[in-house]
Amino acid sequence: MDFNENFILGCSAIGAGLAVIAGIGPGVGQGIAAGHAAAAVGRNPGAKSDITSTMLLGQAVAETTGLYGLLVAMLLLFVKPLV
Amino acid sequence: MEQGILLSGDKLDFMIKGVFSYEICGQTVWITTSHVCILIVMLVLMGFALAANRAMKHATEVPGTFQNIVELIVEMLDNMANGVMGKYGVRFRNYIGTIFIFILVSNISGLFGLRAPTADYGTTLALGLITFVIIHFVQFRHNSLKTIWVDMCSPLPPWLPIWFPINLISEIAVPISLSLRLFANVLSGTIMMALIYGLLGWIATIWPAALHVYFDLFSGAIQTYVFCMLTMTYITNAYPSED
Repeated sequence: MDFNENFILGCSAIGAGLAVIAGIGPGVGQGIAAGHAAAAVGRNPGAKSDITSTMLLGQAVAETTGLYGLLVAMLLLFVKPLV
Repeated sequence: MEQGILLSGDKLDFMIKGVFSYEICGQTVWITTSHVCILIVMLVLMGFALAANRAMKHATEVPGTFQNIVELIVEMLDNMANGVMGKYGVRFRNYIGTIFIFILVSNISGLFGLRAPTADYGTTLALGLITFVIIHFVQFRHNSLKTIWVDMCSPLPPWLPIWFPINLISEIAVPISLSLRLFANVLSGTIMMALIYGLLGWIATIWPAALHVYFDLFSGAIQTYVFCMLTMTYITNAYPSED
């Protein structure tokens, strides 16, 4: 069977859409981190700045997996490695 | 397929563009917008550094406005390095301060109409590789080869190096994940802004300013902080533990 370029581009677009589903995981993870940080501030308001910086660091690291999904989507859409 | 996959391909303007090319050793090398933007950022930083140097030469007991700002920045960066690295902070605070200011200004240069230089993988990979070299320089300088070998085989005894390849991969992943994190964050901000301006047309007049605050200022500052924080943590971990 012979696939032409447009068919492969359409499939790449579907694949890019599937790839950014990876954003669900970091969203849940960042929400959990923020929730626990809020609880920690409630328990110990004096350590607010330390808790905030630790939370932001952890969230930024957790965000990486979602960004890998975004990168895959970007590669499929713009670099078009399969065409 | 010149118009691209997205709706108005000619308006989506976030790609790196070549400015001019030249031949070297039979290879065509492009000077791109990233180089130009890095040059602009560099000139701004150098101008600021010269002005700061001059202000500190005529430093007064009661600091003026500019001297106050410079002292504030330097003190903040030094405190950050000393707070995370402890007694090793003195040696690395110049490097940490430099990359902090460079990445921060690069990230927020999207506000001033430049294409952020950190949205080019070449820039961030270079930064990640500098960190990688420093980590392993420190590691080989302050640990014996035997300690490093035991460390690399770590869950298993050193005469059974089955775990060695896995540890090697996790060492190599450090600069890649560092640089990809910064790159993808800045790139996602750039792409979002390009999508909003390119696809919404005249609807996107004033309110995208709020999005600029998030994507350029907030996200850029957080990613700068994270990059420097992780760099400092990795370098501190490369020193031998003291107990």
